Amino acid sequence: MAENQTELLSAASCAAIDAELAKYPDDQRQSAVMAALTITQDANGGWLTRELMDAVADYLGMPAIAVYEVATFYSMYELKPVGRHKLCVCTNISCLLRGSEEVVAHLSERLGIGLGETTPDGRITLKEVECLGACANAPMLQYGDRYVEDLTPEKLDQLLEGLE
Amino acid sequence: MADDSKVTIQVDGQTVEARKGAMLIEATDAVGIDIPRFCYHKKLSVAANCRMCLVEVEKAPKPLPACATPVTEGMVVHTASPLARGAQKGTMEFLLINHPLDCPICDQGGECELQDVAMGYGGDISRYAEGKRVVPNPDIGPLISTDLTRCIHCTRCVRFGEEIAGLRELGATGRGEHTTIGTYIKHAVASELSGNVIDLCPVGALTSKPYRFTARPWELRQQAGVAMHDGVGSNFWLHTRGSRVLRAVPRDNESINEVWLADRDRYSYLGLNASDRLLTPQVKRDGAWHPCDWSEALRVAAQGLREAAGEEGGEQLGFLAAPNATAEELFLLQKLARGLGSAHLDHRLRQGDFSAQAAEPRHPWLGMPVADLEGVDAALVIGSHLRKEQPLLNHRLRKAALRGAQVAFLNPLEFDSNFPVAHSLVASPVALVTELAAVAAALAGASGKAAPAGLIPEGTAPGEAHAAIAAHLSEGERATVLLGALAVAHPAYGQLAALARFIADASGACLGFLAPAGNSVGAALAGVLPHRLPGGDDAAASGLDARAMLEQPRRGYLLLGVEPELDCWDPATAASALDQAACVVALSAFTSPDLLELADVLLPIAGYAETSGTAVNAAGDWQSWNGAVPPPGEARQGWKVLRVLGNEFGIEGFAQRDSREVLEELRAACADLAPDNAAPSAPTPTQPVLDGLVRVGEVPIYACDAVVRRAAALQATDDHVEACVHLAPADAEQLGLNGVAQVSVTQGDLHLTLPLSVDARVAPGSVWIPAGVPGSSRGPACGPVTIDKA
Ligand code: SF4
Ligand code: FES
Ligand code: FES
Repeated sequence: MAENQTELLSAASCAAIDAELAKYPDDQRQSAVMAALTITQDANGGWLTRELMDAVADYLGMPAIAVYEVATFYSMYELKPVGRHKLCVCTNISCLLRGSEEVVAHLSERLGIGLGETTPDGRITLKEVECLGACANAPMLQYGDRYVEDLTPEKLDQLLEGLE
Repeated sequence: MADDSKVTIQVDGQTVEARKGAMLIEATDAVGIDIPRFCYHKKLSVAANCRMCLVEVEKAPKPLPACATPVTEGMVVHTASPLARGAQKGTMEFLLINHPLDCPICDQGGECELQDVAMGYGGDISRYAEGKRVVPNPDIGPLISTDLTRCIHCTRCVRFGEEIAGLRELGATGRGEHTTIGTYIKHAVASELSGNVIDLCPVGALTSKPYRFTARPWELRQQAGVAMHDGVGSNFWLHTRGSRVLRAVPRDNESINEVWLADRDRYSYLGLNASDRLLTPQVKRDGAWHPCDWSEALRVAAQGLREAAGEEGGEQLGFLAAPNATAEELFLLQKLARGLGSAHLDHRLRQGDFSAQAAEPRHPWLGMPVADLEGVDAALVIGSHLRKEQPLLNHRLRKAALRGAQVAFLNPLEFDSNFPVAHSLVASPVALVTELAAVAAALAGASGKAAPAGLIPEGTAPGEAHAAIAAHLSEGERATVLLGALAVAHPAYGQLAALARFIADASGACLGFLAPAGNSVGAALAGVLPHRLPGGDDAAASGLDARAMLEQPRRGYLLLGVEPELDCWDPATAASALDQAACVVALSAFTSPDLLELADVLLPIAGYAETSGTAVNAAGDWQSWNGAVPPPGEARQGWKVLRVLGNEFGIEGFAQRDSREVLEELRAACADLAPDNAAPSAPTPTQPVLDGLVRVGEVPIYACDAVVRRAAALQATDDHVEACVHLAPADAEQLGLNGVAQVSVTQGDLHLTLPLSVDARVAPGSVWIPAGVPGSSRGPACGPVTIDKA
């Protein structure tokens, strides 16, 4: 068994996780796993290390593998360092039918990186995600907490220009 | 009259009765209507993620998964209608999208659920022209091979880990097409039941590593067998080709092993194919071994033992048998010993105290059938690393605990458990007795029953935990008190057993013995005991027990399947007695270094797969099997060797033509004997003075017997243990051993140096030094020990 890792979590993170835990019954600590991962990721500059995931597992009394399952399933968790800006391109079925492959190709060409990669200057990370529920306006991507929809090469260029 | 617990449904025009609340697939399985499935497994929770079991249910708007659809009264189901078939075929096509077409090089080929179902529901031609995904294979240890590109994400293996093994080890990480089954961080799958995922995996994603690429299933023959490495007596099929056992797979038996096998039982066959099998009889002359033919070897053996016996007859002969020998072998060994006039015979090689053996039951047992263990509401387990000692009994008790049973352990160190433990009392061997006495005292107080005089030391004051355990045992409708291997090895075993007996009596719980090996119970019934005859009758005069016949050396010994340095409670004393003896005859399947050193005649006998035989498990179930393969080389079935030896000595009663006749004799002797843990008499056990540090010589899971010790794949797992010392932090501190890597270990006149671990699980006063492990301390498995800086 790995040693108890909870000391990796800052007091502030623990307090924030405790606030989430208060929303659930005492014997359902794992219910707070998504919030706990988000809190931990934000406190760590936007990504999660294995040690941090183990710490969350210990803190919530869950098997580590169950935390890895959550962290690898949801696209908002990062397991490697990411750039300052994260562009999450939906490649699921509706977007695919509406040209998400071209969106990816255009972004790759402009940025010189593939899906799952970060520009060498640490500015932008390109990420492939599953359906974000905006099929009506496919193809789309998510930037921060904003959806950019009905993508065209022009729209993409415009977006890229606005990014520091 | 309508039965409220049943509903009636129509499936494919057939009227089917089903239990209310059952899933449709259970109902159809029960009557033999076949619905294809991958993720559903009767022993696991319902995941309903593969969608292969879609069927048409009238009035439902779309096909429903049979594994997750509860039956309702009057439901009309079509499993093969165009709608159902269409759904099944569609699912199949999706499942095959990413499945590689590598059946010709896949070990699962020929016994693959996907292959079988694809034959029925798959298309001939794939419409999928896009790229298939490829998944890297993590190394998850020496027992299981992974080919994760073949995985269909049924999550049976994941659910097994959580629900049965009690450890989440495998998990499904990633999402959609990127989902993979793995441990994420690669670490060996650490459950002692891990091999079961091989059987569960419906495809070739998880296969047996040692068996890999050795055979195709259609080349194999199968023969029923019974595992001998613990008291469960799990049922398996041995799969053989020619004269080799290539693998073992579970043979379903709900009342014993359900559908599972412990890894030890699954992979111990590897030991049968070890390179140091004894293949010819050999005799030692002038210190050198000479192979010879059987007639010479038997003649030399008989002559040697006769000469060793000399004028005194059997008095100078000792007989030791491994408790995983077959009942037939054990019975004939007993006949031989008594025929030669010796009462010095025993199978309790690892027992530390015999002072109360007259109280040992005539037919000891678990106190209940194996399956009933999962129905207890309270248990007190004394001196057992249950999870590693009896993996499938632990599994039953785990089920009870998950249902809410209050399970307590009393052990010299805190073993990891894979279920919630209500109380874990951890005490050094010295304090083990007083802790147990405290539980007894709590019961004596609460129940008003008086303990036998002298059993509970004056001034024993039960604490909160003792009182709680006592209360759970008394309140439980079905409670049990179980004695395990570490209790048996204790120098005050008699007292522990007497306390356990009183606790059980006073609380109304049932007393149970965790039979250490596959035939411990059978050996007792066969009379391989100094004080009991076959069938449990008292012998006219009691001979020397396993410890005494070595402490008071005899001039001749006969060993059946024993490796004295690793199987005996006190290896050094055993070796010295055998070394001094004029003649040591060893019936063995292996040329062990200690036998080469200590024996004078080596007679090669069959391993468990190579002989017909019978074993009586912890619950008193008699199970017989036939040999699956012939013994290698000149080796012969042990019962035959013993029979010829009996004839060589001219003793009556060795005319059996087959092992069945031997068994019939034994069964006749046991005809009036039922499993019963009542004590035939109430002797006063000796109370040895133990003090200071005491060795806890636990036998690690893969060190239990000669075959298992030779199963290379098991030895490559994390459960393999090297000789070492584990000390409680407080003791390490006090002895100034913090940060010390090597310590010197002294037991009596024996000294050796071993690596040290400071281990918080160890109770102060306990020193964990494994037994049954080459290079470990050769002193008593449980006895005083001194630890110093090396
Ligand atoms: S490895 Fe086998 S058992 Fe596990 S999810 Fe994949 S197909 Fe199912
Ligand atoms: S498929 Fe892209 S948003 Fe739904
Ligand atoms: S067996 Fe029913 S969905 Fe898998």
